[in-house]
Amino acid sequence: MNFDLLKMLIKGIVVLILVGILAGLIYWLLTVSQWSWMSVYYTLLIKGLWLTLLLWIFSCILGMIFAIPIGLVQVTGPSWLAALAKGYCTVIRGTPLLLQLWLIYYGLGSLFPKIAMVFPDFRTDFMWLIRLDAFWYALLAFTLSFAGYEGEIMRGAFLGVPRGELEAARAIGMSPWKVLTRVWFPRAVRLVLPTLAGEVVLQLKSTPLAMTVTVMDLAGVVRNRITQDTYIVYEPLMLLAVIYMCLTFLTVWAFSYIEKKVPQKR
Amino acid sequence: MAGQPGFPEILAFGPTGYGDELLFGAAVSVAIAILAYTLGLLIGLIGAMSKLYGSPLTRAIMQGYTTLVRAVPELILILILYYAGTATLNRLLESSGFAAIAINGFAAAVLVLGFVQGAYSTEVLRAAIQAIPVGQMEAARAYGMSPWLIFRRITVPSMLPYAIPGLANLWLIVTKDTALIAVVGYTELALATRQAAGNTKMYFTFFMSAGLIYLIITLVSQKGFALLEKRVRRGQRKLT
Repeated sequence: MNFDLLKMLIKGIVVLILVGILAGLIYWLLTVSQWSWMSVYYTLLIKGLWLTLLLWIFSCILGMIFAIPIGLVQVTGPSWLAALAKGYCTVIRGTPLLLQLWLIYYGLGSLFPKIAMVFPDFRTDFMWLIRLDAFWYALLAFTLSFAGYEGEIMRGAFLGVPRGELEAARAIGMSPWKVLTRVWFPRAVRLVLPTLAGEVVLQLKSTPLAMTVTVMDLAGVVRNRITQDTYIVYEPLMLLAVIYMCLTFLTVWAFSYIEKKVPQKR
Repeated sequence: MAGQPGFPEILAFGPTGYGDELLFGAAVSVAIAILAYTLGLLIGLIGAMSKLYGSPLTRAIMQGYTTLVRAVPELILILILYYAGTATLNRLLESSGFAAIAINGFAAAVLVLGFVQGAYSTEVLRAAIQAIPVGQMEAARAYGMSPWLIFRRITVPSMLPYAIPGLANLWLIVTKDTALIAVVGYTELALATRQAAGNTKMYFTFFMSAGLIYLIITLVSQKGFALLEKRVRRGQRKLT
C-alpha cells in the first residue's frame, strides 16, 4: 500500500515531465523554430546522406567479408590464428569506436607524410595515399570495427551449426572447402540473420562519429557547415535525428522481410 | 619539438609527461559511466515497471521513449540533449527570475548518458521480469505478500539471472559511450588523449595507451560481471 502510493507518485512525476517536454517541443516547433536554411543547404544534405549511406553499407559489407574468416579460424583454425582472431575481437569490442577512428585518422594520417620524409620516392608514388580523403579512413575504421563485432557473432554461428550435418557432409565425401561453402557457411548465415539486423542498425548509429574527423557525411554537414555558418543548432539536429530514425525503421523492416523470405525449418 | 621526451617518458606523471592527465581522464570517464549507469538502471526499473504494470497512457509514453531513444544515434542524442538541455534549463531559470548558470559539464554528461541508458535498461529489465515463471508471482500473491514485498523478495532475485548478461552488456556500452562526451568538449579520457596526442604529435602512443585503459576497464568489468552472474545464479541449473 506504501508501494502503491510511491508508484502513483513516480508515475505522476514521469508523466508530468514527459508531457511538459512534449508540450514544450510542440510549442517550439510551431513558433520558435526556423527552417529557412533547408532551401540553401538541401543539396549538401543530400550529398551528406549519400556519403553516410556509402559509409554504412560498404563498411557493413566489407566488415562481413572480414568477419567470416575471423569467425571461422576461431572455430577450426590453428591455435595461434584462433588466439589472434580472438584477441582482435576483444580489442575492437573493448575500446570505443571513436578512439579507433582517431587512431586510424590521426595516426595513419600522420604516418604517411613521415614515411614520405624518409623515402622521397614514396611522395611521388603514393601521393594519393598522403592526400587520402577522411572518408577512406572512416571507412577503414568502421569496417575493422564491424569485422570485430561480427567476427565474434560468426564464431558463435559456426559453432551453432549441428555437428551431425557437418559429419554427414564429410561422410558423403565432400572436400573441406565444399563442406564450408555448401553446408557450414549457409547454415551459419541463417543462424546469424536475426542478430544481423541489430548489428547493422548499431553500425548505422555509429556513422555520425565520422563527422569528428571532418567527413562531410550527414552529421558532418549539419555540425560542421550548417551550425557553423548559421548558428542554428537544434533544427538541423532534429532533422538529423528524424532521418536516422527513418533509416533505422527502414532497416529493421527490410531485415524482417528478408528473414520471412528465407525458409528455415524449426 | 626539441626537448620533448620520447615514448615511455611521455607517459610519465608530472609536468613533463601526460600520464597523470590520462589517468585523471580515465577516472572522470569511469565516474561518468558509473553515475550514468546507475541513473539508467533507475530509469530502467521505473520504465520496466510502468511498461509491464502501468496504465495504457504510461505504457504508450514509455514505448515512445524507448523506441525514439534506441532509433537515434547516441552521438546525436548527446548533442541534442547536451545543448538543448542546458539551454532550456537556463531559459527556464531566466524566465523565472534567476540568473543563468554555467552548467556543469560533468553533470550534463551523466544526465544525458543516463537518459540514453535508461531506454536500453528498460528493455533489458522488462524482458528479464517477463522471463520470471508466472507461478512464482502467483504463489507470492497467494501468500498474501504486498506488492513491495513481492518486488523485493521475488521479482528482483529471480529476474537478476536473466538481466545480468544484458546489464553487463549495457555497462560495457556506457563505458565506451563516455568517449562520445569528448565531442561536446568535456575533458574525459578520449578528449584528454586527443589533446595530448595533438600537442605532442605522438598519435599512436597516446591513442593506444588510452585504448589499453579502456580495454583494461572492459576486461575487469567482464570478470566482475561473470562473478556476479555466478552469484545470482546460485541454486539454478548450470547452463551448458
